[in-house]
Amino acid sequence: MAGPAATYDLGKLHGGLRLAARKSESTGLPIQSLPLPRQLILPIDQHVGDPAQPLVGIGERVLKGQVLAEPPGTLGAPVHAPSSGEVVAIEPWPVAGRHGDPAPCIVIECDGEDRAMESWEEPIPYAELPGDTVLQKILQGGIVGLGGAVYPTAQKLMQAVSCDLDYLILNGAEWGPYISCDDMLMRERAHDIVSGARILLHALQLDCAYIVVESDKPEAIRQLAAAMTDAGDERLTLKQIPTIYPSGGEDQLVQLVTNREVPSGGLPTDIGCLVQNVGTAAAIHDWLQAGEPLISRITTITGDGIANPMNVRARIGTPLAEIAEFAGGYTEDARHLVIGGPMTGKSVSNDRVPLVKATNCILVMSALPANGPELPCIRCGECAAVCPVQLLPQQIFWYACADDEAQLREYGLIDCIECGCCDLVCPSHIPLTYDFRMAKARIRELADEKARAERARRRFEARNERRQREQSEREAELARQKAEARQAGPDAIAEILKRKRREDGD
Amino acid sequence: MWIAILTLTVIALIAGLGLGFAARKLPSNSSELVERVNDLLPQTQCAQCGYPGCRPYAAAIVEDGEAINLCPPGGNDTVRRLADLLGRDEIPPLATGPAAPAVAVIDESLCIGCTYCRAACPVDAIVGAHQLMHTVIETECTGCELCLAPCPVDCITMRGS
Amino acid sequence: MEFERHEAPHMVPTANVARMMQQVLLALVPAAVAHIWFFGPGLVFNLLVATAACVGGEALMMRLRGRPAVGALSDYSALVTAALLAFALPSLTPWWVTATGALFGIVVAKHLYGGIGFNIFNPAMAGYVVVLVAFPMHLNLWVAPRMGDIDYQFLTILQTLTYTVTGSLPDALTYDDISRATPLDAMKSGLNDLRTTVEIRSLPIMGDFGGVGWEWIGNFIAIGGFWLMVRKVIRWHIPLGVGAGLLIPAGIMWLLSPGTEPSPGFHMFSGAALLCAFFIATDPVSAAASPKGRLVYGAGIGFLIYAIRTWGANVDGVAFAVLIMNMAVPAIDRITRPRIVGHSKDAGTL
Repeated sequence: MAGPAATYDLGKLHGGLRLAARKSESTGLPIQSLPLPRQLILPIDQHVGDPAQPLVGIGERVLKGQVLAEPPGTLGAPVHAPSSGEVVAIEPWPVAGRHGDPAPCIVIECDGEDRAMESWEEPIPYAELPGDTVLQKILQGGIVGLGGAVYPTAQKLMQAVSCDLDYLILNGAEWGPYISCDDMLMRERAHDIVSGARILLHALQLDCAYIVVESDKPEAIRQLAAAMTDAGDERLTLKQIPTIYPSGGEDQLVQLVTNREVPSGGLPTDIGCLVQNVGTAAAIHDWLQAGEPLISRITTITGDGIANPMNVRARIGTPLAEIAEFAGGYTEDARHLVIGGPMTGKSVSNDRVPLVKATNCILVMSALPANGPELPCIRCGECAAVCPVQLLPQQIFWYACADDEAQLREYGLIDCIECGCCDLVCPSHIPLTYDFRMAKARIRELADEKARAERARRRFEARNERRQREQSEREAELARQKAEARQAGPDAIAEILKRKRREDGD
Repeated sequence: MWIAILTLTVIALIAGLGLGFAARKLPSNSSELVERVNDLLPQTQCAQCGYPGCRPYAAAIVEDGEAINLCPPGGNDTVRRLADLLGRDEIPPLATGPAAPAVAVIDESLCIGCTYCRAACPVDAIVGAHQLMHTVIETECTGCELCLAPCPVDCITMRGS
Repeated sequence: MEFERHEAPHMVPTANVARMMQQVLLALVPAAVAHIWFFGPGLVFNLLVATAACVGGEALMMRLRGRPAVGALSDYSALVTAALLAFALPSLTPWWVTATGALFGIVVAKHLYGGIGFNIFNPAMAGYVVVLVAFPMHLNLWVAPRMGDIDYQFLTILQTLTYTVTGSLPDALTYDDISRATPLDAMKSGLNDLRTTVEIRSLPIMGDFGGVGWEWIGNFIAIGGFWLMVRKVIRWHIPLGVGAGLLIPAGIMWLLSPGTEPSPGFHMFSGAALLCAFFIATDPVSAAASPKGRLVYGAGIGFLIYAIRTWGANVDGVAFAVLIMNMAVPAIDRITRPRIVGHSKDAGTL
């Protein structure tokens, strides 16, 4: 029986920061349901992998849950219609993933009836099906990682079954301050999360799952413990971890819960762990037990720039402006619109962008205090003290300024998770995370250039070799002919010459 | 005290001059240096520097003290890296403007199959046989533009990549 | 509604170089008060001269480098250099000695190497070493502390000021009247004369741990240092390293031969050992980068202090110890790189 939560932080995370949580603003109300918007804008690229290709045309009427776009290759997820209506446009539209710049979207004008497809509401008896069948079914549900990484879940699970897995880890640790959508989900829909976990255990043929929650969420812990008691499944265990940013990151969570390190450049499955967000587990439950594909998600709308911060359940494709209006509208302080948390979120230029599968938090921030001038690095070492990956950011910064590709690799720039901890503690106010992002692009660029130059050089040398070879072959041939002719004698030459003159005369 | 300062200053001057002389004038392991200079060049083999390929230019830089700012595909970055490697203080700007990356494209409707461009390509990026269609392998083309001149029907253009 | 774009992270760091330096200066205030109480107002004049020279030197160099002077001065690092130099020098120092040290430290050791963040050597210690070698007589003139020595003549404020400006004592006094050997001096010459430590410790200049006056200053420096550690301005690695590097060899040698070796407590509380542990060696720019590296760096300094004091010619040894370990920092950094999470123990080093 899964009883009260135990505190096992087996592993230790180096560094990290204890940040002000700022969650109480948005956890005061239960999850609110957003009314159906007038228009739904669905980007075809809401996941890692190839963008999905539209299957519908302009003018077509679609039903809720109908597949609008299918991924062309092996990595991708289908996009479903979140409500019934008519496809009015397939055109570029501002999206959050491009900071407000346009990307191709399918625009649906909702008819308000919210009619679903016929095969709705039929629970799948997953326990009787083989694991592969369950995975195929998950693939059709459009489910992607709802923690923000939006990796297609079915493919992630399919890659995982081929590995030697020990643990399934459900990530209930929020990725940073302000975000509270997972907390509210765990409070209100703990049973669905547990159900999703059991489906996953069956699909992966595993028998050990950890549901991990941070210690500052007592209500969520209580609800999850109760749900686990009701389910009576011995395979599930609840674990608590301390609230340190960035313990919500996949690799960091694995390290905290199992005391194993994910190898550099590798995945948690390499060391026997599979991590899924609790929201993804609930989405799997919704699809397999209630027939609802991924057409809505819970998102936190919060920040000093929003009048009534809260968590809402909104359809994918709802313009953020409508969600903001539902949450009381903007205050006078609203300056920045950030999708995601304050540490790693993407700043977006306008609120016409739609809610997508990756939108876990809409953070409207007030104006940030002036950062002050950037001073030279004084090598205080605070950045190294807080880096969860145990890098030396001051050295990486040094070599990034020097554009020294070899040393950047040596000091592990590739392993930087861009969590932003080093930025926050730097007394010289150096934008380290931004510089490292630029440096990573630079390393890739330099590596590409070098590879191209190397290839061109090898082709050049091969070509020179070829020409020399052809040259020497020609000379050998010529010498052979000369030798033959000399052997044949001067008469033969005269004969040839006579014949030639005759031919010319003709 | 002043004699001490004077003595130390003179010693420092002599040592500094000696080191500078050794760095600039004494012969280094020349062929290895040519290899290292060649590594920094972009290998387009375009001959825009005036030398028939990147390695001859590298040899000229090391052995004849040729200017380091003659390579347009390398851009200002290459000039800077060469100056770094060779210990030169002055980083001259590129003699000509930097070349934007481009690939050659053969208009197949005009090509007569003469094979002149194929022979001209320093990295064998053009495939084709006598009197048959020629085409440029886009991924291998370095944008050196050496194929443009030999074509008798002017069917090759450069397209920015 | 349109919004302004901003790069992640969307939070502003609270730490601040100027505030860190200000806190370092604050932490030195109790020690400065004790210094003035025991040794007279000379420290104040040294501070004034050093500050003027450091700030002036920094402004000049920034102008020569074509950068705005205000930027460099506003991080208070020149003031910290001036303060440390003033603490290191004897309280009776003519202004040209202090100014030479300060200017050398700021202009040569700091700005000729690239300015803050790029200097390899600790500027205060580099300046101190230059004046130690160039003005040996002035740097051996240490006034005695206030300890009821009836033969001793205390200089008044005006006389101190006159000395600072002109370098000459009032007519009635000679150097012998106003100066005494420091505790370290006394210990070294006493041991050379084959006296035992017990005898030397009974000299009036010796207090409970170190010397009279010096141990109080040492206490306040330690308190200031701990306060800085609590405020997270400095971390514990370097002070612990210096302490261990100094106390462990001293302790071992003292246990083996208490008659001819000063006690570890004496080592710690005399000279600039405590000042070094908490303020001088902790200069982040010239110290090692990683936590492990800092322990090694501190331990090296501590050991070198002990070695120079015991077997070297220099009496205190702190300045040279720091400069030598500054030279070793690139090597220390290379061998003490922390293992990156996700890399095997073989990759990388220690």
